[in-house]
Amino acid sequence: MTSVPTVARDDAALIDYLQRLGDDSLILGQRLTEWCGHAPALEIDLSLANIGLDLIGQATLFLNLAGEIEGKGRNGDAFAFHRDVLAFRNCLLVEQPNGDFAQTIARQFLFSTWQLALFEGLTRSAEPRIAAIAAKAVKEVRYHAELSADWVIRLGDGTEESRKRMIEGLDWFWRFVDELFDADPLEQPMIDAGIAADRAALREGFDATVNDVLRDATLPLPEHSRGVKGGRFGHHSEHPGHLLAVMQFLPRTYPDAVW
Amino acid sequence: MSRDWPLWEVFIRSKGGLSHKHVGSVHAPDGELAVRHARDVYTRRLEGVSLWVVQSSDIVASDPAAAGPLFEPAETKVYRHPTFYDIPDAVTHI
Repeated sequence: MTSVPTVARDDAALIDYLQRLGDDSLILGQRLTEWCGHAPALEIDLSLANIGLDLIGQATLFLNLAGEIEGKGRNGDAFAFHRDVLAFRNCLLVEQPNGDFAQTIARQFLFSTWQLALFEGLTRSAEPRIAAIAAKAVKEVRYHAELSADWVIRLGDGTEESRKRMIEGLDWFWRFVDELFDADPLEQPMIDAGIAADRAALREGFDATVNDVLRDATLPLPEHSRGVKGGRFGHHSEHPGHLLAVMQFLPRTYPDAVW
Repeated sequence: MSRDWPLWEVFIRSKGGLSHKHVGSVHAPDGELAVRHARDVYTRRLEGVSLWVVQSSDIVASDPAAAGPLFEPAETKVYRHPTFYDIPDAVTHI
């Protein structure tokens, strides 16, 4: 029989973990919606909005579950709209501005390739509610990974201009990749318990996929840059504050507003 | 950008056993991405289980000006409709 304080401590770690999962999807989903009405073509507008909606759906499930386990009456909306920047646990990659289309694709390709491996692992989670969310989401993410890889190949192996922008996009975002695989004392007990996926172990498969796609795209591997980290602990760049201002304005200004 | 992309006609099979039906078109740089665009534009609400795309310029169409000689002769041949037969009760799905 586990003593009560231990349960509480485990729950706190699990709630934090669920926020990491949910916040990655939430922040990138919100970022992608910024393309709505601005993408280079109507078809791309819908592609990016679809991915954004998939991600926000995942975030809703993860953050609702966090609230359920926390048991203080918070739901996904409360997590999304009533936390400030420092409480967000997303990786730094997803909060970066969209840049041009090639940059958005570079970010999406790196993120979705990683998230696909992560969710494949989480479908076997010992926490059945996480496994269920991952099983639903993994199909969505497989599409995101394939679509963004297709675009990396076409832009990389496209015109001189598209190639230049694709290289710049990948070089810029590469500094945020290490954080995705960063080993972490918070997750280790959950990895040992089979609840969390071992992110460090996903690196090899990730690198292999990136190598394959960049070879097809006739692109050089990104220039090595020193990894930037901190998002998992709330140490964010200046960007998410602006993102949250837009995202949280309405429910904070009109708390009684309903859809 | 989309002005540089060829146009593709999109066909969706709404469920197994039915034929693909034309639903619209998308712009895309190649066939593979045309399928992706068709998926993103036309199957957001569970519209189908299979997609075809074909480049619009590959479709050979009848001449609208020739609609008279092409189609009007059929107007006077109602006997071609299968309504002159009694269908046995045992035959279903017709």
